[in-house]
This record gives sequence, C-alpha cells and structure tokens, in this order.
Amino acid sequence: MTSEFAVELRDVVKRFITPEGNDMAAVDHVTMQIKNGEFFSMLGSSGCGKTTSLRMVAGFEWPTEGEVYIEGKAMGHTPPFQRKVNTVFQSYALFQHMTVFQNLAFGLEMEGAKEDEIKKRVGRALEMVQLTGMDRRKPKQLSGGQQQRVALARALVKTPDVLLLDEPLGALDLKLRKEMQLELKALQQQLGITFIYVTHDQEEALTMSDRIAVMSKGKIQQLGTPVEIYERPTNKFVADFIGESNFLEGKIKSISKKEASVFVPSLNAEVVGMPISEGLVKGEEVIVSIRPEKIRIAEKDAVNQNMFRATVTNTVYIGVDTKVFVDAHGAKLKVWEQNRISRLDPKSFYTVGQEVWLMLLPENTIVLKKD
Amino acid sequence: MLKRLRESKSAQGTLLALPTTVWLFVLLIIPLILTAVVSFGKRSPDGNVIYTFTLDNYIRLFGYSTNCASGQAACFDPLYVNILLRSLSLAFNTTVLVISLAYPLAYFIARSHPKQRNTYLFMVLIPLWTNFVIRVYAWMMLLRKEGAINIIIGWVMNLLHIPFTPLEMLYTPGAVLVGMVYEFLPFMILPIYTSLEKIDLSLYEAAADLGANSIKTFLRVTLPLSMPGVVAGTILVFIPVMGTFIVSDILGGRQVILVGNLIQRQFLDARDPTFGSAASLILMVMTLIVTYFYTRKFGFGEEIVVA
Repeated sequence: MTSEFAVELRDVVKRFITPEGNDMAAVDHVTMQIKNGEFFSMLGSSGCGKTTSLRMVAGFEWPTEGEVYIEGKAMGHTPPFQRKVNTVFQSYALFQHMTVFQNLAFGLEMEGAKEDEIKKRVGRALEMVQLTGMDRRKPKQLSGGQQQRVALARALVKTPDVLLLDEPLGALDLKLRKEMQLELKALQQQLGITFIYVTHDQEEALTMSDRIAVMSKGKIQQLGTPVEIYERPTNKFVADFIGESNFLEGKIKSISKKEASVFVPSLNAEVVGMPISEGLVKGEEVIVSIRPEKIRIAEKDAVNQNMFRATVTNTVYIGVDTKVFVDAHGAKLKVWEQNRISRLDPKSFYTVGQEVWLMLLPENTIVLKKD
Repeated sequence: MLKRLRESKSAQGTLLALPTTVWLFVLLIIPLILTAVVSFGKRSPDGNVIYTFTLDNYIRLFGYSTNCASGQAACFDPLYVNILLRSLSLAFNTTVLVISLAYPLAYFIARSHPKQRNTYLFMVLIPLWTNFVIRVYAWMMLLRKEGAINIIIGWVMNLLHIPFTPLEMLYTPGAVLVGMVYEFLPFMILPIYTSLEKIDLSLYEAAADLGANSIKTFLRVTLPLSMPGVVAGTILVFIPVMGTFIVSDILGGRQVILVGNLIQRQFLDARDPTFGSAASLILMVMTLIVTYFYTRKFGFGEEIVVA
C-alpha cells in the first residue's frame, strides 16, 4: 500500500449530454478520500451521481474534469482491465454461457494464472460465499441470492485492492437482503479489502458503512460516520433524506459560543439552549430540526423549558411505535412514541383532539442554515 | 362439446393445431409420399410413370452408367455425383461467406445508437421488397461483359492508360456464389443482430472489469453469446441454397448446374419425373444429414441468451 487512501476523487466533474441536447453535470465537483480497509457507502436517490462516481473509479467512465486516484496513482484514461479494482454489478452481469466455475475462473485466466492455481483460488472463493459444490451449475440454475454470491465471488477471487458494489442487493427480497448486509460487512472485515458501496437504501448504508457520503444532484451533501450523519446532519437535505425530521422555521434570538435560542413563529415561542454549528449569527433565519422519536410527549406541564402545548390530530399504531401527529399553534409535528409497554386498553393511547405537552430536549435539536 | 373444449387445455391445443396439421398433411406429407413412390418407378418411353419398384434411378444418380464411351456394359459416370458435391460445396461456401460478411455488419448495427438501428435494419430489408428473380437479373446486368462493373473498371483503366479486356464474370461459379451471397445475406444478418442486441451491455463491462481487453471480450463473451444467431442464420441460409435453382440458372447458365437445376430439368425438359423424384429425395436426405449433425453440435439457435 503506497497511499493512505485506497481511492481518492479530487474535484471530479462528469458531464453528459442529455437526450434533449442539454449539458448536465451528473457529478459536480466531488472530492472524497476513501481510506484503506474502509467500508464506504455512497448514498442517494437515483440520479444523484453515486453510480457515475463508482463507474469512474471502475474505469467505465472517465471524468470530464478532476482526477480519480487509486492507491495514490492518477488513473487518467486507464481502461477498466488495467485497474486493481473489481465490480459487483447491480444486474450481476454473470456470463450465462459459462458455469459458475468458469465465471470465477474468467478473471484469473485473464491474469494468466495457472490451472491448478485457478482451481485453488476459485474453490476458496466459492467457500467464502458458501457456494461450494455449485461450481458446475449455470447461472440460470441458481436462485437470485446465489447468483448474487457468484457475482461477489467472481469479483473477490481477483483479490482486488478495492471492491466496488453497485446496489448489489437491490434485486433480493427484504429478508435475504438483511442477511446479506451482515454477511457482506463480516466478509469485508475478515478480508480487510476496501469496499465502496452504492445504495439508495439508507438503512443498508447505516447498517454496513464505516463512513457514508450522502449525495444529491451530483454533489456530496454530507460525509461522515453513520452516527454523525443521523445525529448531526449538517443541512436540511440530509436531515430530511436520512430518517425523518420535523422542521420549524425560526430566527436566532440570542447566540453564545455553544448555544442558541431560536424564536419559532409557528410555535409562538422560543426554543432555547440548542447546540449550534458554525457560521450562524444572531438574527439569522434558520431551521430547527428535530427527529420524531426525539420529541417527548408529557401529560402535564413539568417545570421545564421548551415545553409546548399541542393537540393530537391523528395516531397510527404500527406495532413498534405509535405515530402521533400533533398540531402546536399551527406547527404540524410528528412524534414517534415507542411502545415499550404491552397494553391493550384503548384509553392508554392518545386520542384525536387530546391536549398534550411536547418537550423538545435542546440536545436533540439541530439548528440548520436556511437554504 | 363446447363445455369440454373450454375445460380441456389439450382439446384447445388440438383445435389450434388442426389447420396447420391439415395443411402440412395435404401439401407436404402426401406429396412427399407420392414423390417417394414415383422415385421407385420407371419412365415409360413417352414420359409417363410406370409404377413398379426399382432402384434404377438411385443407382443412376450415384454414377452407375450403361452408356459408356469405352464400350463396356457398365461404368462409373460421376456426372450426377459431381452435381451433388457441387451443390454441397456451394452451399457451404455461401454460408461461410455470408457469415463473414453478416457478422461484422450485425455487430455494427447492434452497437450503434438505438435511433439509427431501425434505419440500418430497414436498409437491410429493402432489397427483399423486390422479387427474388428480378434481383438475380440485376446481377446479370452488373456482371455481364458489357455490364456496369466492366464499364466502371474499363473507365478507370482507361484513365490509367492500362489496356483492358472486359472480364468474363457471368456464367461462372463465382457469379453464382456472388448471387447466392447477395440473396441470402439478410437471412444471416437478422438472427445474428437479434442475438447480439440481446447481450446485456453490463457483460462487456464485467469482462473488462475482470481484466479482458476488447479482443478477449469478443472471443470469450460476445462470440459465444451470439452463436445462437449464427446457428439460426446458417440453417436459414444453408438449406435454401442447397435447393434453389434460379440463381444458378440465371447467373451460371449451362456452366454451373446444381441439384435444383437437375431436378427442374428432369421434370420439365427431360420429362423423367422418376429420376427427378429420386434426385429430390436425395437432396432432402443430404440436407437433413448436414443439418442433423450441425444442430447436434450447435443446437437450433433457440437459446435465449439474456442475462
């Protein structure tokens, strides 16, 4: 390993001409550094530039501007077959005319590996993905989950420095997907290979990743650990895209080094003592963001700041939680209450029209710049 | 009755297959049996069929002759065997040539922009709108001594001050081959195009990703996955070329006689339907044998190769 970073994108731009003839930047000045041995995810909805970024690392696309580095080496227009990275495709892209063994051997034959070495390495790779004994089957004779494993083994058998995964679990059903998530993560830790994982599924990204780049419109919105991304989103897009959030518009009334108080007109009240991020000034229009599961519902007015009166407008029981929708002086908020106690009595649930007190703990709120 | 039909899938199947079955029985099976019967018969001096059982026609076809120059009672005359072999080799050469021309073109069309593909396919099909015979006649106009090709070459040679005598192209085996290749090219392009077009683009990327350059990708991925198209095209080209007589008749004249011409002349000119029937059956058997071994090795090209 010559470089601290397995993969680095420096100010990468990728422009396409749309079918209408417009110039569009699919990836717009993206810079990211992926460390050796890291499980790194690019998360975003379709068209956010995550797959294009991955394809530029693989070598299927070349950047319009900027440069991709693999192990510290500028890739330029290096074709895919000369890069020490391998890809697990969303569609698996298995060779249907070859057996499982031949699919795995293909990449090794291209390296010029000897026959007995190929046999050994293919055998080991199949064992790794628990497909021993399937080597003579054609891909069509395998289930979707097994095909997915073959695609994974075919890339891993090459022992790449970096494994690129383009929504590899997208075609599997939910249960299998969750199993594979944990398996992939365990495999990555066991092998110590850098994984770059593209997904639109936030839960998947949070489950597996060491770090996540949340992307939108070709730009990185936030890059950080799953906890950072979820607990401290740095802008409204991330707070909204990852999990759910309540947003309250307001204005900073007073600000110190650590805390801010924001007047929220829709609550007709001040939310005080909130931690702040950098660059906010007094009088600035801001958004107060708070996650639904982090709002507490209290029956009585306890001696506390940040308590607001609200009316229940709807409740939805979904087993794990009860979703409570409330109206506080016109501010519509959602509150998730975990059902920690098993109960059947309908009176123990909130009813529509009921008056409640909401408690916003300052440490659970985030003050975001209004964009 | 209607109720039974509604409930029984197999009854429905039988009903659906009935028209074609009747058609094939009346127009294929019965004539085939008649041909076989006639082929074992004898020609009467006035050109009628005498129904007996004799293998004379087949023996004659395979070279037994009683009309020997050396005055012997019987000898080997390779005339008809040569015709059979010539047909076989021409069909083989045509197929090989058609594959080597059609494959690159099909590849080009399959890899071109989707918007242009239909235009190209349309261009491939345009010649088929003209009658088969007329298209062959067009080649006669091109190939004959005072035809377009000789005129153009002569004109160029004249510019270069090289003496030029017009080429004798018409009524040669080469002319027949050119005509056959031209006639059957679309039937190879279309199936190859279809199988190439079905190949998922991510397979090319996967091959590159695993370390294959473009030549290796072609040999290990593209070619095997497009084989069903090549096989289907071969069947569509080889079989009709074995039997057709129009191309050789017009472009080959009396020089290039194929089984098709032989059969046609036995029925129309020589008025010997018994010998013509025997030749027809031998042609069919030869085609079947070749197709049988070919499809046993490569399949019928029916496999769907999408990922």
